[in-house]
Amino acid sequence: MAGPRSDHHVILRVVAKPLIPIIALFALYVHFHGDYSPGGGFQAGVIIVVAVVLYALVFGITPAMRAVPPVFARSLAALGFIIFAGVGVWALIMGGNFLDYDVLFNEEPGGHMGQHYGIIAVEVGVLFAVAGSMLSIFYAFAGRVTEIKDEDW
Amino acid sequence: MIAGYSGADLAIALINVLLLGLLFVVGVAIARMRSLFAIVMLSGIYSLISATWFVALDAVDVAFTEAAVGAGISTALLLGAMLLTARTAKPEKGAMQIVPILVVLATGAMLVYATIDLPAFGDPDSPANTYVGTDYLERTPREIAVPNIVTAVLASYRGFDTLGETGVVFTAALAVILLLGFGERSLSATFNRKKDKK
Repeated sequence: MAGPRSDHHVILRVVAKPLIPIIALFALYVHFHGDYSPGGGFQAGVIIVVAVVLYALVFGITPAMRAVPPVFARSLAALGFIIFAGVGVWALIMGGNFLDYDVLFNEEPGGHMGQHYGIIAVEVGVLFAVAGSMLSIFYAFAGRVTEIKDEDW
Repeated sequence: MIAGYSGADLAIALINVLLLGLLFVVGVAIARMRSLFAIVMLSGIYSLISATWFVALDAVDVAFTEAAVGAGISTALLLGAMLLTARTAKPEKGAMQIVPILVVLATGAMLVYATIDLPAFGDPDSPANTYVGTDYLERTPREIAVPNIVTAVLASYRGFDTLGETGVVFTAALAVILLLGFGERSLSATFNRKKDKK
């Protein structure tokens, strides 16, 4: 969309550009602070996709696909689901029940390392799966229209 | 002063009335509109107001998700979907207009009737605040040692449910990809068609 034709979007581009890294940073905060405050993998995944969607809306879908390729988005979704289910299988291998984080590190009863790292790993899985899935859905819709024309708004 | 309310309670009651009134107005506006772009924008506003209302009800986690998903990403996705179809919805014919309002009125009457049996908001003896809820509150510091109990319930106690939810999101993406294609291939196809026309 960038080009001499759409020069009247210059304010939009200037305002959106510094916002995008802040949105991505906020997503990371929401993710890693999920143990202490509202938020977690799901919300963080959605917020990080919002940053990419904003980029796609302002600068065009093709530059966005060059920055975050669709093949990366869908691989990320699959990888996230594998991480989540993999933690469950890890617990199975360590001799516990599926997704039973207490057994992950073979610690003494009363230790919380397994719970802590299990939750972090699972949240990373949710983050990847949600971010990848949402971005794939957005690309699937947005990839079918070459460009959002001004009269469409 | 309105009977029964004073101070902070009155303020919260007024905020609730204001937010629910706004939700009602936006809902009526959505029902009466024909321009899909305006409807998409109004549904985003509806989500944002509901998120504010959830904060007033102390459900910050739900409010956060509603704001991020309802007002953020689904507005963008609906915009993308809207661009693939017509810009305005077709008006319904005469008799068909009466059916939805009857369904809405009947459902609304049933819901109002059901609220009579609901426990008061914040009632410590309500089913939501006894049994398993108190159990999680008691056991989380001892068993999980995570300050945010919502995270402990979501990721550990109900980890299986969350795995299923992640699977649902992943399946939704797969379904959209199967129906619409990956995006980049259809994008390059449209570009090539444009070049061929030139």
